[in-house]
Amino acid sequence: MSASKRMSSRLASWLPRLVVAPSLLIVVITVYLFILWTGLISVTSSKFVPVYDFVGLEQYVRLWATPRWHTAVANLFIFSALFLALSTALGLLLAILLDQNIRAEGALRAVYLYPMALSFIVTGTAWKWIMNPGLGIQKVVNDLGWETFRFDWITDPRMAIYTVVIAGVWQSSGFAMAIFLAGLRGVDNSVIKAAQIEGASLPLIYRQIIIPMLRPAMLSVIVLLSYIAIKSFDLVLALTNAGPGAATELPSTFMFAATFRRNQMGVGAASAVMMLMTVAAIIVPYLYSELRERDNG
Amino acid sequence: MAEALSQSGKARLGRLAIYACLLAVALVYLMPLWVMVVTSLKPLDEIYGGSFIGLPQTVTLDAWRAAWSQACIGTECTGLKPYFVNSLLMVIPSVILSTGIGAINGYILTKWKFPGANFVFGLLLFGCFLPYQAVLIPMARTLGILGLAGSIPGLICVHVSYGICFTTLFFRNYFVSLPDELTKAAMVDGAGFFRIFWSVILPTSIPIIVVSCIWQFTQIWNDFLFGVSFTSGASSPITVALNNIVNVTTGRKQYNVDMAAAMIAAIPTLFVYVVAGRYFVRGLTAGAVKG
Repeated sequence: MSASKRMSSRLASWLPRLVVAPSLLIVVITVYLFILWTGLISVTSSKFVPVYDFVGLEQYVRLWATPRWHTAVANLFIFSALFLALSTALGLLLAILLDQNIRAEGALRAVYLYPMALSFIVTGTAWKWIMNPGLGIQKVVNDLGWETFRFDWITDPRMAIYTVVIAGVWQSSGFAMAIFLAGLRGVDNSVIKAAQIEGASLPLIYRQIIIPMLRPAMLSVIVLLSYIAIKSFDLVLALTNAGPGAATELPSTFMFAATFRRNQMGVGAASAVMMLMTVAAIIVPYLYSELRERDNG
Repeated sequence: MAEALSQSGKARLGRLAIYACLLAVALVYLMPLWVMVVTSLKPLDEIYGGSFIGLPQTVTLDAWRAAWSQACIGTECTGLKPYFVNSLLMVIPSVILSTGIGAINGYILTKWKFPGANFVFGLLLFGCFLPYQAVLIPMARTLGILGLAGSIPGLICVHVSYGICFTTLFFRNYFVSLPDELTKAAMVDGAGFFRIFWSVILPTSIPIIVVSCIWQFTQIWNDFLFGVSFTSGASSPITVALNNIVNVTTGRKQYNVDMAAAMIAAIPTLFVYVVAGRYFVRGLTAGAVKG
C-alpha cells in the first residue's frame, strides 16, 4: 500500500469522528461547560455582572433564607403533584376510552392534542381571559342566574397556583394520552380475549391486566411531565406573572427575576443549580435505564 | 332472550356513555380556542357588555388589524408584524441547520460507530432534558462576548446548539432500524462517507426529516425563555411581543386585541399541526417510546 493511500484510508476512518466533533464541541460547551460556569457563579458574590471572587456557599444560604424561594419551592411541589396526577389520570382515561374502537378517533385525538402545539404564552393569555372574574366564567355563570357563584382563583393569592394547574393540565394531558395510546396499541388483543372468555369484566381487565402492562409508558409520562413541570416558566409568566404578589412564583420564574430583574446573579445561579439537580435526579436514572434496556434488547 | 336483550341494551348504553364522555372532554378542550376566536372578532363594547363565550353580534376584524399593525409593544406601536418577521427569520435557519446537523450526527452514531459513540450519544441526550435556567447566565455572557447579544443571529446560535440534541435523537433512533447491509453494500461499491449519506441514507429518511422539522419549528417558534432573556425591543421574537401586549396595564384593557394577537402567534404552529399532526405526534413521543 502506498503512503498516500494509507493516509487517505486513515483519513476515511477518522472522517466520521471529525464530522461529529463540532456538534460534540458545541454541546460540551453550551451544556456542560455552561453548567459548570453557572455553578462557579453560584459561589461568587456576583450581582449585576459576574465577578469571580469565592464566597463559598453564601448565595445558597441567602437563597434558602429568601421567603420568595420557599414559596417557589412549595408551589413547585403543589403544582407538580397536581399537574402530574391530573394529566396522567386524564390522559390514561382518554387513551382507554379512545381505544374502544371509537368512530372519529383521529379527529378526537387531534382535538385533545392541539394545545400541545401552542406556545405556553398563548395558553396563558387565553386562560387568563377565561378565568378573569369580571368578564370570564364567573360572569357568565352569574348572568345565568347563579349569582353567588365565585371563580376568582386567579386574583386570590391562596388559589392562584391552581389556575396554573388548570391551564397546564389542559395543555399537556393530550401528550400523556398520546403516549398511553401508543402503549395500548402495543397490548396484545388475545390477552383481553382470553380474560373475557374467563368471564372477567372490562374494568377488571383494565385494572388487573392492561394498566400494569402500561408501566413503561407510565414511567415515560411521569418523567417527561415532571420535566415540563420543573421548567414551566412561560405559562406562569403569561397567566399570573408569578402573582398576585408572589403567590405563583416557581423556581424557574424566581431564577429569571433574581438574575435579570433584581441584580442578584449569584442567588439566581444558585437557584438554577438547585433546579438542575432536581431535574438530573429524575432524568439521569431514567435515561440510564432507557439506554441500557435498548442495548440489551 | 330477555337477558340477551338487556345485555345488548347495556352494551349500547355503555358505548353511549363513552361517546358522551369523549365529546364532553373534546368540547372543554376546544373552548379556549373558541373563546379566543370569538373574542378577537368582537368590538370592545360587546366584550365589556356581553358574555365571553357567546357568538359576536357584530363581527369585526378591527382587533386583528390592530394586533397586526397598531398595538403597542413597549413604546413602539408597530403591532406584531415586525416580531412575526423576526420569528420567521429566527425559525427558518434554526430549523434547517439543526435538522441537517442532526441527520449527519444520527448517521455517524449508527452507521459509522466508533469507540465511545454511545457515550457521545448519552452526552447529547442529556441536553434534551436540560433546564435552560442552568445555562442562561453563561449563554448571555457568551453572546455578549461574541457580539451577538440581542440579535436574531444570536438566537439562531442558541436554538441550533440545544436543538442538535433533539434532532440527533430523532435521526439516531430512526437510522438504528435501517439495515446495515444498505451502507455495507454501498461501501463495497466504493461509495464514501458523504456519498452514502446523500444517495443511500437521505432518500430513506423523508419521514424523520419531516418529524424533526416540525418539532424544531414548534419548539423554536414557541420559545419564550431564550427570547426574553437574550433580546429586547425590536429584535424580540413574537412570543415576547405577545406577552408585552397582553401585560399592558394602562387604559381600558383591549381583550379583543389580546386574543387576536394570541391567535396570530398561534396560527403558524396550529397550521403545521393541522397539516402534519401525525408527524407532530411522532416527534412528541420520540423521547418516550423506544425507537
